[in-house]
Amino acid sequence: MIEVEGLTKDYGPRRAINNLTFKANPGEILGFLGPNGAGKTTTMRILSGFIPPTKGIALVGGFDVVEQSLEVRKRVGYLPETVPLYPDMTVFDYLKYMADLRHIKNAEDRVDDVLDIVHMEGRANGYISNLSKGMRQRIGLAQSLLHEPDVLILDEPTIGLDPAQIREVRLLIREIGKHRTVLLSTHILSEAQQICDRVLIINKGEIVVEDTPEHLQAGLTGVQRVAVRVQGDGDGLEKIISEIYGIGRVSTLHEGSIEVECAPGKDIRPEIARGVINAGFDLLELKSIDLSLEDIFIQLTREEPEPPSTDDSDVEP
Amino acid sequence: MRNVWTIARREYKLFFISPVAYVVAFFFMILLGWFFYNALRDAIIQATYQSYAPTVQIIISPLVTLLLFVMPAITMRSIAEEMRMGTMELLLTAPVKDWELVVGKWLGAFLFMLSLLAVTWIFPIVLNFLVEPGVDQGILLSGYLGLILMVASLLAIGVFISSLFNNQLVVFLVSLAIVLMFWLVRPSSATTGGLGTQILTYLNFIDHYLNFYQGTIDLSDIVYYLSVTSLGLFLGTVSVEMRRWR
Repeated sequence: MIEVEGLTKDYGPRRAINNLTFKANPGEILGFLGPNGAGKTTTMRILSGFIPPTKGIALVGGFDVVEQSLEVRKRVGYLPETVPLYPDMTVFDYLKYMADLRHIKNAEDRVDDVLDIVHMEGRANGYISNLSKGMRQRIGLAQSLLHEPDVLILDEPTIGLDPAQIREVRLLIREIGKHRTVLLSTHILSEAQQICDRVLIINKGEIVVEDTPEHLQAGLTGVQRVAVRVQGDGDGLEKIISEIYGIGRVSTLHEGSIEVECAPGKDIRPEIARGVINAGFDLLELKSIDLSLEDIFIQLTREEPEPPSTDDSDVEP
Repeated sequence: MRNVWTIARREYKLFFISPVAYVVAFFFMILLGWFFYNALRDAIIQATYQSYAPTVQIIISPLVTLLLFVMPAITMRSIAEEMRMGTMELLLTAPVKDWELVVGKWLGAFLFMLSLLAVTWIFPIVLNFLVEPGVDQGILLSGYLGLILMVASLLAIGVFISSLFNNQLVVFLVSLAIVLMFWLVRPSSATTGGLGTQILTYLNFIDHYLNFYQGTIDLSDIVYYLSVTSLGLFLGTVSVEMRRWR
């Protein structure tokens, strides 16, 4: 549904994205991860038809974003990072205006439908200027769904929302993504894990890695890490856990709290729980430790130290 | 064309929501009324000495001057505000052609100005009752036709300038400077007869209005105003297109 090859965008002398190549399939939610300034928004703006690339090809639904921009725009629902709304309009008038620009038949019915989808049906006649940030975000999402697009491009859709709203929007995207291709940018790894089928990490305008969230974490560390905390000083706990089959390195963090490494692919926690309880400890906490995005970035973008130079002239023949 | 109408309708409605349009319309009508009152008073004084009946030009003349100042205020928001609010991204990612956006913006402003001009008809109607045998309808009609054409071209320039900057004040000042340039710049006597003279004369807004003002409709004047309108809309479209490539 989305095919990108060698996509490059320069803003004057600054290269925002460099030679990006990736695909997003129908019915797939592709997470676009990266720190601020990585090139996520630029890529999304190109795919939505807002700006052209400097080089490369981007196809949406088989249509070129430059040569067939109108066809692309008909098929893409786009929610920019800063939700573009007219504060002087009512919610209904705003969505009706956007529906009219997209030549949607029975526009008023469709506006009611999308307001239902984003649970804003009771606010149709309210002015946008009076809405909270979360509600504005949902109106922006409603706008992007008006024309039932094949492709949905969402630039940081949960930014600025409260936890309840974040959860609601994530569920909504998950639901929408069952039938459409969704390209979603975020810098929250847990969000990508919850929503996305596949993740693409971009840094300094280049793709660093592309994989499922689970593979990404496991593949990067090569191990699965588990934190164990028991009541008391945990004397002897390290020895008991290290004897469990499949356990790698075990390290005590502080009294009663240790960190365990094991091979990825199998959840070792039930065995640890049994071992700890059978040994007579009171288990307080047992959890899998996920890498934060920051950790992953440090790993992915870590610059290897230069190997010591060997001066041939100093080597005796 | 459907998108042009959709955008124009929203733009037109916005004038009635925005306080700026009400303020502009209020002062426009107040000033016009004041000019009209003074012209009538002078006419009454003059009529005591000699036979004199004021013509419809006592309305059209100040109307032209006021319009030249009002136009930049009407178009300063147009595209600049969309860019400031970020809604330009919304419009340019909808299946709307760049020219449809620019023409829609212009049409909305043009319809608003037509509404304002329609209200100014109250003055010729009043004058019609005060003078015998009524106002010269030929001058009135040609005067208003010229005004409509001039408004169309000034608005097109305003929309173009509005597409260049995000700041409304900058748009207003640049638009006003351009309007004043087209209004006031005339060839000096030293350059009379040269190509420069011809160009400056041809570009002058007011010179092209003089025929309408005197009740004559000249095709070259119509072509001039339509050309400026088309040029403004074309440059506006190019400017929006260029923004994508920046």
